[in-house]
Amino acid sequence: MTYKVSEEGNVSTVFLNGEIDMDVTEKAKEVILPLVESGKEVHLNLKDVSYMDSSGISVLIESHQKALEKNTKVIVKEVSKSVLKVIMMAKLEQILNLE
Amino acid sequence: MNLSESKDFPVSAASLKEVRVFSREVFEKINLPQDQKDELVLAIAEAAQNIVKHGYKGVEQTTDRMEIKISLNDNQLEIGFYDKGKPVVPGNVQHRKLDDIKPGGLGTFFIKQIMDGAVFKKDEQGWVNHLVLTKKI
Repeated sequence: MTYKVSEEGNVSTVFLNGEIDMDVTEKAKEVILPLVESGKEVHLNLKDVSYMDSSGISVLIESHQKALEKNTKVIVKEVSKSVLKVIMMAKLEQILNLE
Repeated sequence: MNLSESKDFPVSAASLKEVRVFSREVFEKINLPQDQKDELVLAIAEAAQNIVKHGYKGVEQTTDRMEIKISLNDNQLEIGFYDKGKPVVPGNVQHRKLDDIKPGGLGTFFIKQIMDGAVFKKDEQGWVNHLVLTKKI
């Protein structure tokens, strides 16, 4: 997994790339959670994420819940078809902010 | 179509990518819709992850290996997982309730959603756990 972060005003966008599994979840959390904790609105762009397992889904849930605590939000954007399928299997499409 | 392929991997999170590569290579030889292949790869990766995450919980590093065997006999797909981790108590293998939204506990749910059967077998020589996932394809 690789990533890129861009900032615009109070919005940080994290572009994740590659496959997200247990081996990289700590790395993903280290990138995403501090942005959320700082109170910024965080956009997670998953256009180039080709695979995500339950560990990756846990990162999305943790980010979402942390955002609620901080009165901000995490928006999951441009979800690839394969990742959307996993999100829907977990019945999280109504819970996470998907755009 | 019949086939049987197996491969062993170090018990490590870093092996999960190799597990997926192996699974995808095997499923390339089977005529299935890509969506179904992707689901099967996810189920296999989740089961392998469970070995790393739960079977070796508290173990920082190990030289142990786990083996995955994918067999197809006519339309019956059988995927075996062999490991030497902590003995699994099948009754304790449960996923979290879906409406209890929190990180974790989804891997087993995905496996159950994707596969027709998941049972732990006993008496595999030299191994501690032997999980068998099955699906009619």
